Amino acid sequence: MPLLILLVVPLFAAVVLAFVGDRKYAPEINIAGSAATFLAGIALALDVYNNGPMLAGNKFFFVDAFNVYLAVLTSFVSMTTAIFSRRYMRREREHGRVGHWGMRFYHAMFQLFIFAMFLCLLTNNIGVLWIAMELATLSTVLLVSLYRTPTAIEAAWKYFILCGVGIAQALFGTVLLYFAAEKVLGEGGEALLWTNLIQSSGKLEPTILSLAFVFLMVGYGTKVGLVPLHNWLPDAHSEGPTPISAVLSGLLLNIALYALVRCKAIVDGSTHTHYAGNIMMGFGIISILVAAFSLLRQKDIKRMFSYSSIEHMGIATFAFGLGGPIATYGALLHMLVHSLAKSSIFFTVGHASQMHRTQDMDKIKGLIRGKPLVGWGMMFGAMAIVGMPPFGIFTSEFLILTATIKDAPLMTPFLLLGLAVAFAAVFRKVQPMVAGEIPPYQKSMKVAHLPMLLHMAIVLAVGLYMPGFLNQWFHKAVQILK
Amino acid sequence: MDIQTVAQIINFLAAMVLLTAFGMLVQRRIYGLIHLFAWQGLFLSVSTAIVGYAAGRPHLYISSVLTLTLKVILLPYILNALIHKLKIRKEIETVVNVPLTMLIGIALVIFSYSLTAPVREMSTLVTRSILAIALATVMIGLLMMITRRHAVTQIIGFLAMENGLFFAATSATYGMPLVVELGVAIDILIAAFIFGIFFFHINTTFDSLDVEQMARLKEGE
Repeated sequence: MPLLILLVVPLFAAVVLAFVGDRKYAPEINIAGSAATFLAGIALALDVYNNGPMLAGNKFFFVDAFNVYLAVLTSFVSMTTAIFSRRYMRREREHGRVGHWGMRFYHAMFQLFIFAMFLCLLTNNIGVLWIAMELATLSTVLLVSLYRTPTAIEAAWKYFILCGVGIAQALFGTVLLYFAAEKVLGEGGEALLWTNLIQSSGKLEPTILSLAFVFLMVGYGTKVGLVPLHNWLPDAHSEGPTPISAVLSGLLLNIALYALVRCKAIVDGSTHTHYAGNIMMGFGIISILVAAFSLLRQKDIKRMFSYSSIEHMGIATFAFGLGGPIATYGALLHMLVHSLAKSSIFFTVGHASQMHRTQDMDKIKGLIRGKPLVGWGMMFGAMAIVGMPPFGIFTSEFLILTATIKDAPLMTPFLLLGLAVAFAAVFRKVQPMVAGEIPPYQKSMKVAHLPMLLHMAIVLAVGLYMPGFLNQWFHKAVQILK
Repeated sequence: MDIQTVAQIINFLAAMVLLTAFGMLVQRRIYGLIHLFAWQGLFLSVSTAIVGYAAGRPHLYISSVLTLTLKVILLPYILNALIHKLKIRKEIETVVNVPLTMLIGIALVIFSYSLTAPVREMSTLVTRSILAIALATVMIGLLMMITRRHAVTQIIGFLAMENGLFFAATSATYGMPLVVELGVAIDILIAAFIFGIFFFHINTTFDSLDVEQMARLKEGE
């Protein structure tokens, strides 16, 4: 039942919001829809927590500890983003950056995007997973071009074409996977179900699966934003509206990584080697290094933090590739804390750029004096994202580093180099923005407190003390991915 | 029909699909490009129907009809209408270095054959030999998107890739389950809607559909 609500509410809200359009109460409907989804997410999690993994809807849906935690995270961040976007988008409307149709579009597509992500997470069928992933891309393409500036249209076109091409490779991989599975499981829908594939992964033909994984890696890796397939990501994140940057960075990248990790489990189960893991580790480490050095050169604030997303997705991909209980646990935790911290940073970045009417980092100054909440929010956000203790990202990165020293010692210097460069780069850029005098063109404005504070509080809390249920949850997920 | 004849017809159609893919790679005129795309869809649709008949899979008939309506009639019609409305010139662009592009295309075909060799060995289907051609069609679509600089051409390259994928699904496993194929078709329809909107946006913002002009987002400006 909660599962049904989780899927139906966003879809229903999308339709309602398409009709409500630019009316005054549209943001409130958006928030209400997301809040209902969040409650359903909690209910579903409790269900799985008490009764274990479950199948529903004629085996069409499948929920276990791994995807339910991502579902709760998705519903939570989408709720806080809806709260944030109420003030933010209203202000954009006042400034005339979005028109009447733009607002209608924004709200409807936001909910449709949330729906697509839930479908990705909860479906048991890898074909449907692919369709939902494509739907998630398509629903955000027009959101990225919402401002209709030449750069926004360019960014959206790039996003559309690159992710379209990428995801086409993933479909070819899925076809190959189906080809191998059909021999064992018989034809029809049964051969595309996660649950069946995992159970009989040992019987699947290893050569075909190795071939399939290359295509799946390129396909879903494009969506995760891994180097060298990352070109669309900084553009899309910097040109779209800030709430969309927050959900793209905090949620969509996670979902794509989720798909990849599930595929990896099947492929490694079939080949009995560490083949898929090694490929993921390679992509991960290159992403970390390239993103860390790119961070140094950025001038646009949203662009900089999107490179930071590439770096963190690289870390998570690397850790999942490394495998083993500690690294997998670290990767799961990393996905959680990164998406919370990064969306919180994008909230403060949104406020900061609205206060200065620019995204140019040289022109953003004196945030702490001008608006302490935004200034300190960005400062603490930056501290969290570079992995300073006692924030949760420190814990996850520490776990991943420990596992690396133990299982892949040769990779340790590269990982450390990437982390150190990113640390230096982010601090060098953030410090002048938050400190200093208030520039004359800075305008004070009302900010959305709740989303920022809530996210940072959770990131901090997880770093200080790991609650028992979350710990147990992750341990169950680690068991599944073993 | 005995199995030999069917295999020959299917192989012939596969060759035609590949031929149209190469045709698109070098076609300069935009209407010619759309025609070739429609022809490719037709070959695809007919071969799907024949495979469905030979293998006794009625659900392939649905896929075949879907391809026919979507890729032979609807999408070319939409593209034609858009081009007419946006008043795009007939000669869209000069393709840089045709012989080189062709050579890369040929290399991609050979690469596809070697890549899919293990699949061919394992498969027992009538259609096993065309998986390589399907992959080559995907790759050539990709090549077209990289080498051509016009928004319409890139979209046709994208759709040609989709054709290749569909072909791969038919040839490797007699088609994906129907839920998946329907979902993919819906996705393509939404994509068509979106690129329609995009053509208008790009055209009004940049005064042309030449993607070359979209190069403002670069590192370290």
